[in-house]
Amino acid sequence: MDVIIENLPQYWDGFLRTLFLSVVSGIIALVFGTVLAAARVSPVAALRGFSMTYVEIVRNTPLTIAFFFAAVVLPRLGVTFQQFEVAAIIALSAYTSAFIAEAVRSGVNSVPVGQAEAARSIGMNFSQVLSLIILPQALRTVIPPLINILIALVKNSSVAGAFYVLELFGQGKQLANANGDAVMWVLVGVAFFYLLITIPLGYLASVVERKVAIAR
Amino acid sequence: MKAFLTRRKSLLVAASAALALSLSACGGSSSTTTNPPVAEKPSFAADSTMAKLASAGKITIGTKFDQPLFGQKGLDGKPIGFDVEIGKLVAAKLGIPADKIEWVETVSANREQFIKQGKVDMIVATYTINDKRKAEVDFGGPYYEAGQALMVNKDNNSITKPEDVKGKNVCSVTGSTPASTIVEKYGAVLVPAATYSACLEPLRNKQVEAVTTDNVILAGFVSKEPDAFKLASDQTFTKEPYGIGLKKDDTAFRMWINDQLEAFDKDGSYKKAWEDTAGTVIKTAPALPTIDRY
Repeated sequence: MDVIIENLPQYWDGFLRTLFLSVVSGIIALVFGTVLAAARVSPVAALRGFSMTYVEIVRNTPLTIAFFFAAVVLPRLGVTFQQFEVAAIIALSAYTSAFIAEAVRSGVNSVPVGQAEAARSIGMNFSQVLSLIILPQALRTVIPPLINILIALVKNSSVAGAFYVLELFGQGKQLANANGDAVMWVLVGVAFFYLLITIPLGYLASVVERKVAIAR
Repeated sequence: MKAFLTRRKSLLVAASAALALSLSACGGSSSTTTNPPVAEKPSFAADSTMAKLASAGKITIGTKFDQPLFGQKGLDGKPIGFDVEIGKLVAAKLGIPADKIEWVETVSANREQFIKQGKVDMIVATYTINDKRKAEVDFGGPYYEAGQALMVNKDNNSITKPEDVKGKNVCSVTGSTPASTIVEKYGAVLVPAATYSACLEPLRNKQVEAVTTDNVILAGFVSKEPDAFKLASDQTFTKEPYGIGLKKDDTAFRMWINDQLEAFDKDGSYKKAWEDTAGTVIKTAPALPTIDRY
């Protein structure tokens, strides 16, 4: 127990970095994932094909490979960065957006097709139909799965600890090495700080759901 | 379809040829093995460990199988390296030729247990002497003093000493002692990796200025890719004395080994063992450290 209190600064440092990675990657993934979902239902075949290929490849490969590409392969190709957080954000948002895209697509599918047809019949074009009619309803229905994906994102960010970023899990490994006699407590501390992010996220989900969800 | 098959076949042939090439390239490095002259019928006090080993005519020695330049098992199944040479020299003094030595892989985590359980007669495996370990086993030597060093890209001449990395990205393994030394004593910015080999890519891509850990581990990387990396300096900035791990309280054996180490130093076999192995990368031949006869 003492080991957690004595090393609070390290935990806090790791916690902030995990929070930073999660928030930035989460926002990017939400935006990019929604764009992917929109492309998936668009009338342009090339966009549909791209979206489907992207989702199928990224969703079906391990996150570690995404990290490997971002942290090792990209620099080899000349895209270098001094902060490895950049690589972590690229990997996390690329990976998570595939899942977001699928969740949003399921929401889009839940909106009755008659609504889109009605909108088209009053002269709206595709982007208007999507942004004014379909997505506002679709996103509301998929709040719970979206929050699930974001919670998974927070936990997935721990992979960054193995790719040169000292986030919460990386700090935990460091502390476990330095305190071989209290590894259990070190890990309990790590788990506690993860819960500090994920439990409020779950709570937020239920609040948002109650506020905006529509029963259909 | 048939054309496809033949094409695949030729690919297969090409692949196996490439494999054979790379295998033979690896095998080439094992030419440095030497067999020291074996002592003829050495005499020891009855009941001593030396007498038992000498009359048995064989010895089991623990070493690392994955540490380039010190103890690395080649494709022929025989380990090579500086630790291995030291082991052979000691065995030769017992009248045991190199082919009667049974090499057992010992990793950092199992060394004390292997000695205690009698699975090995001695361990020569980049085994740093410290007080925690001394409570479990005895150490002959030290026979070599390793220390923390820096590895940089071949074209980097701006870093020659640890003070040069202040404020720069340096890669090391999460939670290791070298990692905290470079941050706390020399003010480097740590880029943590899971293993030392994971540090190589960021160094190659110039995302970190240097990689730091024990000089012998770094020298191993340099020996594999001498065109890409180099040691920033032959000097080290911490001290890690390597000892020969022995069963606790076998003082006679320990003192005998200490005597032998000093003899190797005098007759030049210590220097030769170094030059044949680790000396190919770490040019400065070490002097035998002062033996710790505790």
